[in-house]
Amino acid sequence: MLIPGMTLGLHRLSAPLPMWRGTVDANEWLVAARAVTEGGGRLVSLWATQRDARAFAVSAAYAVQDGLVWLDLPVASDKLSYPDLSSIFPAASRMQRASADLLGITAEGAKDERAWLNHGAWPADHFPLRRDASAPRPDREVVDYPFVAVQGDGVHEIPVGPVHAGIIEPGHFRFSVVGEKVLRLEQRLGYTHKGIEKRFTELAPLQAHRLAGRVSGDSTVAYAWAYCMALESAVQFDVPARAMWLRALMLERERIANHLGDLGALGNDAALAVGLAQFSRLREDWLRASRQVFGHRLMMDCVIPGGVACDMDRAAAHRMREHCDAIELEVQVLRKVYDEHAGLQDRFITTGYVKPPLAARLGLAGLAGRASSQAWDLRSDHPWPPYDQLDVNMATDRTGDVAARVTVRFDEVFESLRLIRAICLGLPAGVTCSEVRLVTDAASGAGWVEGWRGEVFVALELDSDARIVRCHCHDPSWHNWPLLEHAVIGNIVPDFPLINKSFNLSYSGHDL
Amino acid sequence: MSWRIIRQIARNGIRTEAAPECSDALRVEVERIQHDLLDILGQALTIRQVDAGSCNGCELEIHALNNPYYNIEGLGIKFVASPRHADMLLVTGPVSRNMQIALRRTYDATPEPKLVVAVGDCGCDGGIFGESYASCGRVANVIPVDVAVPGCPPAPIEILRGILTAVRRCRPPV
Repeated sequence: MLIPGMTLGLHRLSAPLPMWRGTVDANEWLVAARAVTEGGGRLVSLWATQRDARAFAVSAAYAVQDGLVWLDLPVASDKLSYPDLSSIFPAASRMQRASADLLGITAEGAKDERAWLNHGAWPADHFPLRRDASAPRPDREVVDYPFVAVQGDGVHEIPVGPVHAGIIEPGHFRFSVVGEKVLRLEQRLGYTHKGIEKRFTELAPLQAHRLAGRVSGDSTVAYAWAYCMALESAVQFDVPARAMWLRALMLERERIANHLGDLGALGNDAALAVGLAQFSRLREDWLRASRQVFGHRLMMDCVIPGGVACDMDRAAAHRMREHCDAIELEVQVLRKVYDEHAGLQDRFITTGYVKPPLAARLGLAGLAGRASSQAWDLRSDHPWPPYDQLDVNMATDRTGDVAARVTVRFDEVFESLRLIRAICLGLPAGVTCSEVRLVTDAASGAGWVEGWRGEVFVALELDSDARIVRCHCHDPSWHNWPLLEHAVIGNIVPDFPLINKSFNLSYSGHDL
Repeated sequence: MSWRIIRQIARNGIRTEAAPECSDALRVEVERIQHDLLDILGQALTIRQVDAGSCNGCELEIHALNNPYYNIEGLGIKFVASPRHADMLLVTGPVSRNMQIALRRTYDATPEPKLVVAVGDCGCDGGIFGESYASCGRVANVIPVDVAVPGCPPAPIEILRGILTAVRRCRPPV
């Protein structure tokens, strides 16, 4: 019984991770959501789809003990609404608002019905993911957004963005503060919404991995792998073993590259500039090594349908192991510097605190979740090849502050270095790619990968002409952005950049 | 504590590499770039970076320009927090429709010489995202562009080359 107390006609998808799919009615939709939360499961993603002229559906993906369950609820074309999930899973709220913007399918009874991705640049009655959506009238003005106002003596607002002061992605933060203290933060995202999910339907399934690899540039391997896993599961294709190992190798390299960059930036945000100088040097060494072996510094387009577009000979594997040894020594030194620096620790400890019960309630995902006792990591929970042979040690912490997120990052760097060395030694022989044949039946598949930020999920549906009907990409940032609003409450404004960086959430992966 | 930091700095020494020629692969002296900046702009070059809708890949490589290998501040080039302090906008795209106004306002707030360098395939021609209900495509569709640097994402050295090329183009006729 995948969802406690429910017998649903679920069928298992042919994918390396345990995933099931089934259809529910409106009543079962709510019963399932409650059963998942009571059973300790969590909502992974929520999205809507139009399959043909009259067939609309809303879908939810849940992580339960045994794996992932993807539930479809058909929605009547004359009503276009479904029971709200945000009262059970608060994280559903923004996803429901996005679905309303993109398809005009609304959550019945939801408290927050403000537009989320549509800032007014296209008409409110234009739903871009509808099958018959024509090009909207261009050049409309962006409309004002009704932020929640905080009132009281001495309360004032600080608007920040969408163009931020650093070299980062655009978004708007509205702080309500008294003196230096933050009373409330409200985010407005969607500025980088560039129509990715619509674009997917215009691309051939064997080409669309390139788009998936550009959902969020810092997670290109994770997204390309999740997309390819979804496609390969839809057409029931078995990936060559060597390709699976090389995909994992690149995923771990991506994890380390991001952690090195963020650890440096975290030092810098707490005024330890030498931390940035040292870590950014290590990151540059790391990216150059990736380019040498895989031909691209960020490893874009290296994961392709059917396998990987790169290979590594024995000499390169040996060099990579040696490089891991060298980086490990350097990071150990820098960890000591960070740990023993009183000024740095003073800024890190108790800052941006997310209590574990709140993290559980709102579904804090990935490394930030693990730093607040949310011990989920797909590589250990559902070890798929090659992780089934690598015995991944999950890094966790209970304190939930910036210091905890720094600790988890350090631990994950060391663990990923170990994994890379193990992969270099255990890499099986064989081909790195074989041809994926598309089928002529309508098919669907899913991909689920533990990226550096957290779990990345892709749901893919193909029609009988092997065209993409729907490709939904989910970033863990959907869950974590609302937690950042909570983490900053009661902190001083100058600590916001530090707290923000300790999460380092994606705008592009969220806005799509 | 601080001896450990000092030892780490001393052991690593200076890692900065030679800067590239503006338009080809020849290497030139750092002093020449600094002289050019002074001759042409009469000051250090200040850049305001604007992400107008990119996937964040280009931002990662622009960040890398600040690492010790490229040491862009050592050349007299600095990223600043406001367009009002900037000589140049470094813009990544595609420009999303939701960022169109913000980008135009940023451009309007930038004083002369108001150089614009579009970074990445998406900034050059819309890239894989193209033009759609949500995307205006290339940066030049929204604001005037002086130099476009292709690549997905372009390597840091290519971005630096694009920046220097834009500065040289701005040299007033003798």
